[in-house]
This record gives sequence, structure tokens and C-alpha cells, in this order.
Amino acid sequence: MAQTFLDSTELVLNMGPQHPSTHGVLRVIVKLDGEKVTGTECVIGYLHRGVEKIAENRTWVQFAPYVDRMDYVAAVSNGLGYCLAVEKLQNVEAPPRAQVVRVILTELNRIASHLLWLGTHALDIGAITPLFYTMREREGVLTIYEKYCGARLTTHAFRIGGLQYELYEDFETDVKAFCDDFLPKVDEYEELLSTNRMWVDRLQGVGILTAADCKEYGVTGPMIRAAGVKWDLRKAQPYSGYEKYDFEIPTRENGDTYDRYIVRMQEMRQSVRIIRQAVDDIPSGPIMGKVPKVLKPPVGEAYVSIEAPKGELGYYVVSDGSLQPYRVRVRPPSFINLQSLDRMARGSLVADLVAIIGTIDIVLGEVDR
Amino acid sequence: MLQLFKTIFLVDLFQGLWVTLRNQHPKHIVTEQYPAQRPKVAERYRGAPRLNINPENNETLCIGCNLCALACPENLIVVGTARDKQTNKKVLTTFTYDTSRCMFCGLCEDACPVDALELTQDFEIASYTREGAIWDRQLLEEGPKPTQYQF
Repeated sequence: MAQTFLDSTELVLNMGPQHPSTHGVLRVIVKLDGEKVTGTECVIGYLHRGVEKIAENRTWVQFAPYVDRMDYVAAVSNGLGYCLAVEKLQNVEAPPRAQVVRVILTELNRIASHLLWLGTHALDIGAITPLFYTMREREGVLTIYEKYCGARLTTHAFRIGGLQYELYEDFETDVKAFCDDFLPKVDEYEELLSTNRMWVDRLQGVGILTAADCKEYGVTGPMIRAAGVKWDLRKAQPYSGYEKYDFEIPTRENGDTYDRYIVRMQEMRQSVRIIRQAVDDIPSGPIMGKVPKVLKPPVGEAYVSIEAPKGELGYYVVSDGSLQPYRVRVRPPSFINLQSLDRMARGSLVADLVAIIGTIDIVLGEVDR
Repeated sequence: MLQLFKTIFLVDLFQGLWVTLRNQHPKHIVTEQYPAQRPKVAERYRGAPRLNINPENNETLCIGCNLCALACPENLIVVGTARDKQTNKKVLTTFTYDTSRCMFCGLCEDACPVDALELTQDFEIASYTREGAIWDRQLLEEGPKPTQYQF
């Protein structure tokens, strides 16, 4: 008997691109057996703007604001990665004062990014309250950015060779006040979620990705640390003076969604620890290194990777000695982490799929570029 | 035993509810009542562009050097200059700035040698038409005039 549509047990569903819990414009084609996911396929590219191609038509300095628009939640980290890559190519180093300020701003950015992740992830699971609280605390970070460089989200805070803006008068007090306010707030989120039975039941044992799987897929950031691998580029290959600061790399063993949540919460606390050490000890001196007015890096190539909030963010830049980059290639953490979606989602339920997409912490601006 | 007690009496849920209740106090209200209350943006805020004029003689500060147009990644600034026949100096004639393509990166104000072009604290720059987003010299010198609502 020929199978009719009604006979078939398999169902193919489209999730997204206009779905609130796909965090932007991700389209997931889901193959279902009843409520069980038997396969997924991601369709990306709805937010493609050709950032890497734009780079070839701009000067080295002019391209810097565009990198903020890839991972717009962690714009400062993106800026740092690009600036470090071009500095390596040009063979200059940012002065010590600039490096410390860069560390403070990127760690604040890590907090902001994790806060946005926590709020939206909790919203996907069904807990609305944390979103309001995380947005409130994120405002503190954004206010510091606004006072420092004049923009809140796509900051363009760093320039190649150092910083453009000198610190404003109350910078240290603002940052310290934020740190003091923020730590009890993290405890508050944990009080809301960590022991809550619905939260634990929805997350524990969902979307398990073992350490071997992580290495196979090239997954980095909190996802690999939740699987028990102590891998953090801030420790493994320190940049911008991270070797001076004393902090720990939080890890967990199981590699499920709950562990990734715990790892990110711990990371926010560690970020506060780094910021406190850095803000106490800002050296005086110039903020801009010896960079020529017309930047023409020598012929060559450079790769610099940094630990962005979502994982390893790499910039591969090639110069042919002209005013414009010959090629800029970005290794975005979201794009590579997203590959593991299928491995995690197989065998889980549709409701868990929402939790799994949330836990990868993707920003579609970075996936599509 | 303790775990059973905690499970039956929903201790974990009440713990979370207590956090929510604690945050109900009016001192925790953070919402801004825009547009009744307009936010005070930071001094360095990069908002609407402005072409500064000298307040003493109402002449423009711009020297027409075209550096901002060269610095702009989106090539949205067009500077028009003419040579003054009598003094043989370069004088600014037109200045257009397309705010619809601007990403407020601040590279133009960094490039300006005389601090004539500035990104100001005005942030209400929406317009009903696409043409309205292209600012000419007059608008850049006077600044935007956002609607003031009566409450």
C-alpha cells in the first residue's frame, strides 16, 4: 500500500526564521517523530551583509566600526580582536594604560553579553522575571560605555594602536560601584534559577555535548568548559596583559545545558574579579601607540584569537601593503558553536530544542556576518 | 527527609518568589517615561551631527579641507568649496551629510582639524521621508528640532 501523507510517522517542521526563541533569524528545519527530534538542519544567511567583503573596500582604520556589527552584543570584544590583529601586522603594541583599559572594557562586555544570554535563555525556558533584572544590570555596563566612548551598543571604543578617548573623570568610581552592585545581583539570579525545580528539570541532562564532541566540532568558550576542558585563551595564550590578573577558569563535568548555565554564572563573577584588579591599577601614560596617520601595514598576514564571551574569536588579516586589507577572515565563535546543534538536539523533545538553541548563545549577526 | 520537606512545601519556588517580591519596592523602578522624561545622555554621546559656527560673527568654523569626507567609511559627507576671488581663500559653499547611512562611528569628528564637525547629544533624528535624512548645511548648523509633547 502506498504511503499517504497521513500514514507517515515523520513530520518535517520549520522553526523560524521568525521564531522568538531562535534568537534572531535562524531557521531550523526539524524532522520529528511525534514529539521527538530525529534530525535538524540549520538554514542561515538571513542577516548576511558581507562584512568580510566590505573590509576589502575600506581602509584599515575605516573597517574598525564594522566589526562591532558582527557580534553586536559583544561589540567591544570584536573591536579588540580586530585591533590586536592589525597591531600584530603593523608590529606595534598598545601602551600599558590602553591595555588595562581594554581589559576592563572587554570584561564588562563579557558581563553584558552573559547577562543578555541569561535573560533571553530564561525567557525561552519560561522564566520571564530574570530578563527584567538582567536588562537592569546590563544598563549599568552600557552607561559606562556611553560615558566613556559615546555609544552604547556598537561602541567603536578601541582604535588600532590604542584608544581614541581618554578615561572620563569618574571612570574608576563608576566601575567599582558597578562591581559592588553587581555581585549580589548574580546571587539573586542564582536564587531565582539555580535551585528552582522547573529550571533544573528543564535543563539537566538536556543537550549533552561531551568533551570529545566539543573538540571534534571545534566548539569553544563556555560550552567546552562545561564539558570539563579547562580551555580559556586568556590563560592559554594571554593577550592584552591578561597574564597579570589572577582568576580561575570555571569548569563543570557533564556538559549539559545546566552546566553551561553554571559556568556562565561563574564567569561573570570571575570577570568582576579581573575588573577589580585592573581598575585598582591603571597606569598613567599615553593611550595611543606609535601608529602612522596613514596606516599601511607591511606585506604579510597575521592571526589573532581572543576569548570572546561566546568562545574563540579569531581575526585573520592579510595585507598587500596597500591602504586597504587584502583579506579579512573572521572565525566567529557563534557560527562554529552552532554546528553542534544537530548532535545535541537528536533524540530530544521539541521543547528541549528551544533550550538547546538558547544555550549555544548565538548571535545571528555573527553567524551570518 | 529535609529534601522531602523542601519538595512538599515548595521551598525553592518561594525562595524565587521572595526575590521577586523584594524587587517590588518603588525604589527599584528604573523605567524611563520617554517622551515625557527625556534621558540625559552622556557628554561624549555620538548623536546627530552638527557643523559648528563661530558664535561671535556667525561664520562657519569649517575650512573645507575635506578630511571628514575622506575619513568616513560610508562616504556620506560631501563638502563643496569655492575659491574666493578677492582673498584667494577656500570657502565652504555646501555641506551634505546623509544620516540615513551614518553609523555614528565618530571617525569624521576625530578627523576634523578645527572641531567644526561634531557628533552632538541630540538623538531624535528620525524623519518621515528618506530625503529628510539627508542633512544640508543649514540643518547641520541649526541642529534638529524634535517635537516637544505636552503632557
